Amino acid sequence: MMIINLLGLVLIGLIIWWFWLYKPAKAVDSRSENITIIVNNGVYQPSRIKVAAGKKTSLQFLRKDGSPCAATVLFPEFEISEELPLDVSRNIDLPSMSPGEYLFHCPMKMYTGTLVVE
Amino acid sequence: MDKLTGNTSSKNTQELIIEGAGCASCVGKIEMALNQINGVDSAEMNFALRTVTISGDVESTVLIKAIETIGYNASSANDISDDDLLDEKELADEKYYTSLMRQVWIALGLGVPLMIYSVFGGPMTVETSLERGVWLFIGILCAAIMYFAGKHFYIGAWKSFINHNANMDTLIAIGTGTAWVYSMVVVLFPMALPEMARHVYFEATAMIIGLINLGLALEVKARGRTSEAIKRLIGLQAKTARVVRDEKEIDIAIEQVLLNDIVRVRPGEKIPVDGVVTQGRTSIDESMLTGEPMPVEKVEEDEIVAGTLNKTGSILFKATRVGKDTALAQIINMVKRAQNSKPPIGRLADIISAYFVPVVMIIAIVSALVWLNFGPEPTLAFAVISATTVLIIACPCALGLATPMSVMVGVGKAAEAGVLIRNGEALQTASKITAMILDKTGTITEGAPKVTDFIISDEQYTEAYILTVAASIESGSEHPLAQAIVDSAIEKGIEPKSVNEFQAITGHGVEAQLNGQKILFGNQKLMLKNDVVLNDFVNKAQKLADEAKTPMYLAIDNKLAAIIAVSDPIKKDSTDAIKRLQANGIRVIMLTGDNSATANAVAKKVGITEVFAEVLPEEKSNKVAELQAQGEIVGMTGDGINDAPALALANVGFAIGTGTDVAIESADITLMRGSLHGLADAIAVSKATLRNIKQNLFGAFIYNIAGVPFAAGLLYPFFGLMLNPVIAGAAMAFSSLTVVSNANRLRFFKPKEH
Repeated sequence: MMIINLLGLVLIGLIIWWFWLYKPAKAVDSRSENITIIVNNGVYQPSRIKVAAGKKTSLQFLRKDGSPCAATVLFPEFEISEELPLDVSRNIDLPSMSPGEYLFHCPMKMYTGTLVVE
Repeated sequence: MDKLTGNTSSKNTQELIIEGAGCASCVGKIEMALNQINGVDSAEMNFALRTVTISGDVESTVLIKAIETIGYNASSANDISDDDLLDEKELADEKYYTSLMRQVWIALGLGVPLMIYSVFGGPMTVETSLERGVWLFIGILCAAIMYFAGKHFYIGAWKSFINHNANMDTLIAIGTGTAWVYSMVVVLFPMALPEMARHVYFEATAMIIGLINLGLALEVKARGRTSEAIKRLIGLQAKTARVVRDEKEIDIAIEQVLLNDIVRVRPGEKIPVDGVVTQGRTSIDESMLTGEPMPVEKVEEDEIVAGTLNKTGSILFKATRVGKDTALAQIINMVKRAQNSKPPIGRLADIISAYFVPVVMIIAIVSALVWLNFGPEPTLAFAVISATTVLIIACPCALGLATPMSVMVGVGKAAEAGVLIRNGEALQTASKITAMILDKTGTITEGAPKVTDFIISDEQYTEAYILTVAASIESGSEHPLAQAIVDSAIEKGIEPKSVNEFQAITGHGVEAQLNGQKILFGNQKLMLKNDVVLNDFVNKAQKLADEAKTPMYLAIDNKLAAIIAVSDPIKKDSTDAIKRLQANGIRVIMLTGDNSATANAVAKKVGITEVFAEVLPEEKSNKVAELQAQGEIVGMTGDGINDAPALALANVGFAIGTGTDVAIESADITLMRGSLHGLADAIAVSKATLRNIKQNLFGAFIYNIAGVPFAAGLLYPFFGLMLNPVIAGAAMAFSSLTVVSNANRLRFFKPKEH
């Protein structure tokens, strides 16, 4: 019983670490490579994207998931909300941004991604 | 699919729209420039349509750049239009629905018979070897169902997991997975478990997958209805336009209409793009945009707006705004953006949903541990059941959907009534407004004043001369009162003359030289400042002011010559609309630069008791601040031009558009129709939407807060009750459906009849 309880506590610890404490370090740089953000199975891939500060940029999205949740992507800081058609790539224009991290997500925040502006 | 946008390359042909190609010789130039690009197989231009078709493997951005370097503008014709996007979305939704329903039947096909068997007391335990064989077969069948009907949950859960993310898929995958794995252990290694714990839960796995897919399918249907309003707006766009090119009228796709094209519209047709009438007269139904039922007469020089309906005459007009620039396109864009923005009330739910899923997973583990440590026999079975049920009943979806669904419907509903709400924050604040400032001119009144009275004080001048002087000095001014005087002169055949040393004195009037005479035209302050003797004309002016007219003094060489009174008629429904606001407990205040006598007279007519009169334009925002200091949540309504600072400072700024001339960027809420009823409608829609959001949030919170402990088995020690995971699955599936349906109720909301 002792072992099971310990296992349970370890599991809880792992959940806390995996979902909350772990900070992904790698971000894909949109300046050096042409990227398409694939929207499928509950995630944006890649979900951490580096973009240049102080310059207008655009990101290309391609939705492969039929769920209505995935159909809209929001950039709340910039008042952008765009429909993503299924299986058709779509360019989303972003204004020039000041350095920082900005979230983009679906209306329910189940899909989330981060723009790293530097 | 070759419908790729922007800079994606494609082997197929692509079409570009060319602007600035005025002569046939441009064709050769453009074709040559394109043909020189590596990878272009052929480029052919259709001069009549101003399009060029290119085949070859070249990115459209390269092509556009090449055309731009030779001095033309080009854009890709393959950009997806709103209309196409909507069609595709509907098609995709339909496909998604069909596939979900197929999964529902597969899963329930096994789940329901098993469920019935267990409900009617069929043993769900593994004792004999025959039972083992049968259950093993069902277990494999169940695995097949998990694959064919529930694959998306498991893939989604895994993908999210490796991205350090957790969502609804995670909960469902772990919940159903736990039930299945446990059951398979019972079947394969019954001896490893105490006899009482040898119970299988295959029916739970199959039923939960079926029910949640069913919930998703119904949600897709219900969600389709939430975007009805935007669908209606997009549907207003015409598909083709008849343009005059090379002296011939040709029908072309609406995307190909260029700026300054001459467009023909016949009776019964929609106006394809914004423009100015160049020939003919007609009446146009603008109700779809403004909510104003009466058709509007249009003659040469009048502006017409895309999406409205031409009723009686055939007209030619010049396109002034096309594509994404038309008022309709901007309205659609704004409504779409607003529909997806979140009012502050939704932020708490956002924060919670960010932590929700891992927290539920932790609760499930804690619950299992508690059962294992302190529960009755068979502890393992109870632990598995409680953990599964906790995972399944928790519904982050309902929480996440609560706000956006209501906002979507509410903002759309407002747009249908001619009220454009900029974002979720404006929506929420509008529902809490306690004081409303109304600008007088153009808001309460028509904003089109007319000259009503002439009192000549110096007998040496004729009425015609006075009018000439007044019109001349005012012809340079843009003030609406000035316009009234100039119009009145022109009507009487008097041409305004040019004046010298014109000077506008803010809040006072104007001063100029005409024929060597010094002319002063303005209010009492201006006269007193210049020591003009007024005598009993002050009383005469007062009398005019009491009748809600604006008297203005005209002095020639510092001697009073006449009083000209101008009156701005009150809009016919202003009084009713103001009553509606007051009935909502809102303190209504009138604000004007006019003198207090006129202002009070207008206020009295429309039932307003508080008036800020003689307010200089730059002081308007001070009045807003004053009210805010008193603790009021202030709405400010103006025409959006000279009121910009006050509109910006107010908690909610309402810009009142006359017709469809909307000042979209300037205000939090734009009323497309001139009537003040739009204000009351906007507040009513906001209140209804906020109420709806609160119901949704309350429901979602209560559901999760009550459901999770119940699922963990909190009732067992007291009543011996344990929640069945299948019921938890059903409850979860329908909780998000309830939220969407409740939001859909808003579609039937009608602002009070007026």
